[in-house]
Amino acid sequence: MPLQAYLVLAALVFAIGLFGVLTRRNAVGILLGIELMLNAVNINLVSFARFRADVGGLVFTMFTIAITVAEVAVGLAIIIAIFRARRTIEADHLDLLRG
Amino acid sequence: MTAEVVGFWLVGAVLVVGSLGVVLSRNLFHAAVLYLPIALVATGAIFWLLESPFLFGVQLLLYAGGVVTIVVFAIMLTERLVGASIRQSSRFVFNGAVLAAAVFVGVTGFVVQRAVPSAPPPPAGEQMVLLGRALVGPFGVALQLLAVLLVVALLGALYFARTED
Repeated sequence: MPLQAYLVLAALVFAIGLFGVLTRRNAVGILLGIELMLNAVNINLVSFARFRADVGGLVFTMFTIAITVAEVAVGLAIIIAIFRARRTIEADHLDLLRG
Repeated sequence: MTAEVVGFWLVGAVLVVGSLGVVLSRNLFHAAVLYLPIALVATGAIFWLLESPFLFGVQLLLYAGGVVTIVVFAIMLTERLVGASIRQSSRFVFNGAVLAAAVFVGVTGFVVQRAVPSAPPPPAGEQMVLLGRALVGPFGVALQLLAVLLVVALLGALYFARTED
């Protein structure tokens, strides 16, 4: 398959994840959408690494995977803390910082 | 049709269906336990098609193993699993679909116009050897910073999730 096929597939997954981030009400659902978007980025990195025979793309993929896992851990801890304080994780109700 | 072409369309279809399930499923638990692992494993299979079996293993261990487990625990702690409260509704569906479609069309239009190599070059050597050398060579400092980041993230997660007493 040409490089474009992988890039278009990654763009499609990215768009689906973006749709999830924009439309989900639940904070955990929003986090799942972000996961999809980061996965699409990883597909891009690995395909460029393969088609340019450059190992840097694989290294960056490992880094993004590790950073994503850390981000999920912190994000879910924040969600649990918010749930303890507010008894809801509906994103529409979390408007404390709204001016 | 070579095996790679068949595999690409098969895995791509599974990946898109799994991703759509994650964002469209009415039941958040199904999205996290069923569709998210499907999408993540399909992404790992794409890595395999791109001749990176090591990243396929990393993807399985960290995403399909770790992330899904944490997400399931978070859902169990914040939702009442019995009853109707786990049903999810979405908002701004039309606006979100328009914006996501615009992003997809924009990126695809940009990608398709560019002239890129259509056939991958032969690999420069054993992938694991190259990856290991790169991790301790030019990317050594970044790897150490990543270790620091993981420790800080773990401490931060513990701090946020702690109880007051």
